[in-house]
Amino acid sequence: MSQLQPAFGLAKRSATTGALPPAKAETPVAKMIDVSKCIGCKACQVACMEWNDLRQDIEENVGVYENPHDLTPNAWTLMRFAEWENPERGQLEWLIRKDGCMHCQDPGCLKACPAPGAIVQYSNGIVDFISANCIGCGYCVKGCPFNIPRISTADNKAYKCTLCSDRVAVGQGPACAKACPTKAITFGTKDDMKKLAAERVADLKDRGYSKAGLYDPPGVQGTHVMYVLHHLDKAPLYAGLPQNPRISPLVELWKGAGKYAGLALLGVTAAFGVVHHLLAGANRVTHEDEENAEKLRGGGA
Amino acid sequence: MSQHRGEAPLQVPRYSGSARINHWVVAISFVLLMISGLALFHPSLYWLTGLFGGGPTARWLHPWLGVVLVIGFLGLFLRFFVANLPERTDWVWLARLRHVLAGREEYLPEVGKYNAGQKFVFWAQAFLVLVMFVTGIGLWPVGLAYFEQLLGFKATIDQRRLAAVIHAGAAVLTIAIWIIHVYAAIWVRGTISAMTRGTVTGGWAWRHHRKWLRKEIGKEPGGPQPAE
Repeated sequence: MSQLQPAFGLAKRSATTGALPPAKAETPVAKMIDVSKCIGCKACQVACMEWNDLRQDIEENVGVYENPHDLTPNAWTLMRFAEWENPERGQLEWLIRKDGCMHCQDPGCLKACPAPGAIVQYSNGIVDFISANCIGCGYCVKGCPFNIPRISTADNKAYKCTLCSDRVAVGQGPACAKACPTKAITFGTKDDMKKLAAERVADLKDRGYSKAGLYDPPGVQGTHVMYVLHHLDKAPLYAGLPQNPRISPLVELWKGAGKYAGLALLGVTAAFGVVHHLLAGANRVTHEDEENAEKLRGGGA
Repeated sequence: MSQHRGEAPLQVPRYSGSARINHWVVAISFVLLMISGLALFHPSLYWLTGLFGGGPTARWLHPWLGVVLVIGFLGLFLRFFVANLPERTDWVWLARLRHVLAGREEYLPEVGKYNAGQKFVFWAQAFLVLVMFVTGIGLWPVGLAYFEQLLGFKATIDQRRLAAVIHAGAAVLTIAIWIIHVYAAIWVRGTISAMTRGTVTGGWAWRHHRKWLRKEIGKEPGGPQPAE
């Protein structure tokens, strides 16, 4: 169950026309995940389970490190393990990425959602699913450029990382950041996180990772979960992280121009009927028609 | 409505009882699908979910109503597709659409059971129902999982996004054609009794479907027999 945090003002609300009530503009926050510091211990996964009281069913061991196999309605974050032989350095690199909601500044899930208030973005940038308003349609799944939301078969609601909005609302950082033993996960204002990331990127560049950088994709107007990557130019190496994520043009068409064109066409068709009836009048059967039919019957018999 | 010198006008059977039930099953499921679908089409129409007891129920019900419609429409299709096959006179009728809209039927060729406009509605809806069924499966987690297992494939996320766009587009077209269908039934007075009581007056048949009337009268010297 994911609930609205009234401590924050709303910047965006799904399926809502018209202006939102004015809210105090909060300082944008961000979680910064330094992939180069991650040791794959999964403490973040455990902390997430514990804080959010989630229990994923035990699955079969198929000989991989990922556990569970994928994000689920009960597993909002997942360490994904990728191995890559770096041809330049001639060494094996173990690229471990903590997957989960990226909290896009331009959230595709929110754009696709048809249920008013089922998805909100607080003015600090956190994107939250509000279970009470969710209808379980799965449109958020189609809207998301990162393949994050999961629909529960138990209650037919969508679930994902809340960025611990309930903790942030009371001045705490996310549970995963709190649990991380190497400080690979840090949380603060987006500006502070960018500054911290810049230091880390400089360090990585010093150590020979010339393409190191901060993953804060502009295609979704930046994210409130950012990665420091050793190979920013090769994002897909990190278990399929998209290089240039953006809301699919199909979703933009579906939720943008398509809606207005569709409603307009229906309006024009209905208006045609009204105007036609006013001008042409009813098409009535005449006395003569009935007589002709009678004559035809007489003749045919 | 004309009265034949105080007598009740000749009644010509047009639709059997089972055809009418079939039609109304499709009609009711169509209207419910339209309402629950439009509710998710634009936020300003979301209140329509209240007619179903809320958003989750409307969302849950919509695909099952679709299954009812598809089965029902298949029945209509099998009943009526032969009568809706195109003929040469359909093109003449379409070329004189101006006269059709003005209600000047004396300038039109004699029409069988269905005119070209009705045939267009029939074939367009048949095509759109098929499109909406296939794309609707792509938007229905339960149904999609069933068909993926049955047919041994896995829909990609882009295919599912495309399904959403096509489903919405086809829905708009199908509703527009439904508006035409309903309007035509209202505009051409005396039509609705065909689907309520199953009969039309002889005058209605003479005016709008003369070729069909000749055939019906020719069938049985004792009078027209029920037909579908």
